[in-house]
Amino acid sequence: MIDNMETLMSILVGILFAIGTYLLLTKTLLRIILGTSIIGHGVNLLIITMGGLKTGGPPFLGRKETNFTDSLPQALLLTAVVINFATTALFLVLSYRAYKEMGTDDTEQLRGMGDE
Amino acid sequence: MNNLIILPIIIPIIAGLLMVIFKKSIKFQRILSIFAIVSTGAVAVILINQISKDGIQILHLGGWKAPFGVSMVADMFATILILVTSIVAVCCLLFAFQSIGEKREAYYFYPLFLFLITGVNGSFMTGDIFNLFVCFEVMLVSSYVLISLGGTKIQLRASIQYILINVISSFLFLVAIAFLYAMTGTLNFAHLAQRVAEVGQDGLLTTVAILLLIVFSLKAGLFLFYWLPGSYSAPPTAISAIFAALLTKVGIYAIIRTFYLIFYHEPQITHLLIGILAAITMVLGAIGAVAYGDINRILTYNVIVGVGFILAGVATLSVEGITGSLYYLIHDMIVKALIFLLGGTVIHLTGTSKLNEFSGLIRLHPQLGWMFFIAALSLSGIPPLSGFLGKVFITEGTFVTGYFWLGGIGLLTSLMVLYSIMKIFINGFWGYTVLTEETEKGTTKGLMLPIGILTALTIALGLGSEGIQTYVDLATQTLMNPEIYIRAVLGIK
Repeated sequence: MIDNMETLMSILVGILFAIGTYLLLTKTLLRIILGTSIIGHGVNLLIITMGGLKTGGPPFLGRKETNFTDSLPQALLLTAVVINFATTALFLVLSYRAYKEMGTDDTEQLRGMGDE
Repeated sequence: MNNLIILPIIIPIIAGLLMVIFKKSIKFQRILSIFAIVSTGAVAVILINQISKDGIQILHLGGWKAPFGVSMVADMFATILILVTSIVAVCCLLFAFQSIGEKREAYYFYPLFLFLITGVNGSFMTGDIFNLFVCFEVMLVSSYVLISLGGTKIQLRASIQYILINVISSFLFLVAIAFLYAMTGTLNFAHLAQRVAEVGQDGLLTTVAILLLIVFSLKAGLFLFYWLPGSYSAPPTAISAIFAALLTKVGIYAIIRTFYLIFYHEPQITHLLIGILAAITMVLGAIGAVAYGDINRILTYNVIVGVGFILAGVATLSVEGITGSLYYLIHDMIVKALIFLLGGTVIHLTGTSKLNEFSGLIRLHPQLGWMFFIAALSLSGIPPLSGFLGKVFITEGTFVTGYFWLGGIGLLTSLMVLYSIMKIFINGFWGYTVLTEETEKGTTKGLMLPIGILTALTIALGLGSEGIQTYVDLATQTLMNPEIYIRAVLGIK
């Protein structure tokens, strides 16, 4: 039914996005951050899929080789992973600080009306 | 090849890294930060001269020719913006020296500020869409920290919202890049433009274009601005001024770059959409500015109106419209920084941002009052100040291309902008003098210098707009003829 890897990966990306979006819509801050993290994984898989999935080809175009793997998406992915990692770490630290400061991680209560 | 192009990016980042090493010496950090930004501005001036003589300047990083490597491209549009960025950044730094406080200074305020400038300059200079993403992230991560620096409750609350919105928009940006790469097989702006022009902008490419528009709209505050008023009013004045002046402008720059260089083939879909979003943005922003009685809120909603107005000119895809947008973009960067610094000074003096809690400031602070008056007039585009010319050209552009509703909404909302700012002036500066010199919460000592510089600039830009005309015309010419850019980057004779 599903004959190539790209289709399978695309479906997986869709599932990851759905889970991430569901988590983003919840009220707990930690779940929201996990949601962004899962969407991030989906995006990374999407980048690698969009470059085309092949097996056995070297990442260089040689004189004899006609079948080569595009190495650019992997470079993009690596950059995106690092940035995603840093942002998630910062986000986690900030939400911990917010939890300490305000005593809750429920976004409904974080909105806070009184002191504005 | 021109190695000067890399300087606006590496000067701030090296200066910032040096400051992290010498974290104890605040005085050193202050001097170095001013030095770094001023030299960035000087490089921009040299580049502007070179571009007006020899055309677009290119740097292929590592010697890898476009489209294989990452290219840095200095065209007139980007370089003018870098110069204005440097001017605004120096003024915000001078303001920060007096007002930011020792605690924030000790916790890496200056390095973060310079990293922010690195990201902004990088976004302007880059000729590669993935590199644009990276520069966006450099800018955003510094802004995440700047917005939460100090850790007050209101800042933490705003920063969580701000980070979440921007993380999601970054993911959407990556999705758009992935699709774009799958369809065109390249990431270089010039190469993308060439390939899209060759194969034609079909439905799929237009969809990706709209996805990019959503991403940049989130950064620019075009229609998707609901996070902006809360986040921009939370941090201290110097930080919110630099945010208001620069961050939304980077989004606008990205919209102009993508929709004038790459996706200009289907204007009845993409550019009309930009026009509609700009109209809604102007109306909603103006309603917000008129409705609130809080200085911070009024000013942040004015940022939104400004974004809508600039993009109204962009949406017309005409020479007049984009000329107006460029003039207005330059004006808006200066005057938004000015009005935020002025508003911040008022809050600093009175200790409150609520308009009904103070009045009569003009007796003790005549200079502040008159500068506020000038800034208010400039903001709403009264001649002979700097907002006027941009407003005329944008309105002309919308009328020439038949977008009468867009021009009409632009003029109507500029009246509402004038009202909203005059509300601050009348309530805050006229009437009974409630505060005496003893009961004031702070002084204006040292704060007047950056405000004075920016006020002088907005007057000078208004009176001497002929002086920058040749440069703006050159920028417009490059934007309206994408092949100039493509030829320069890809080295086609």
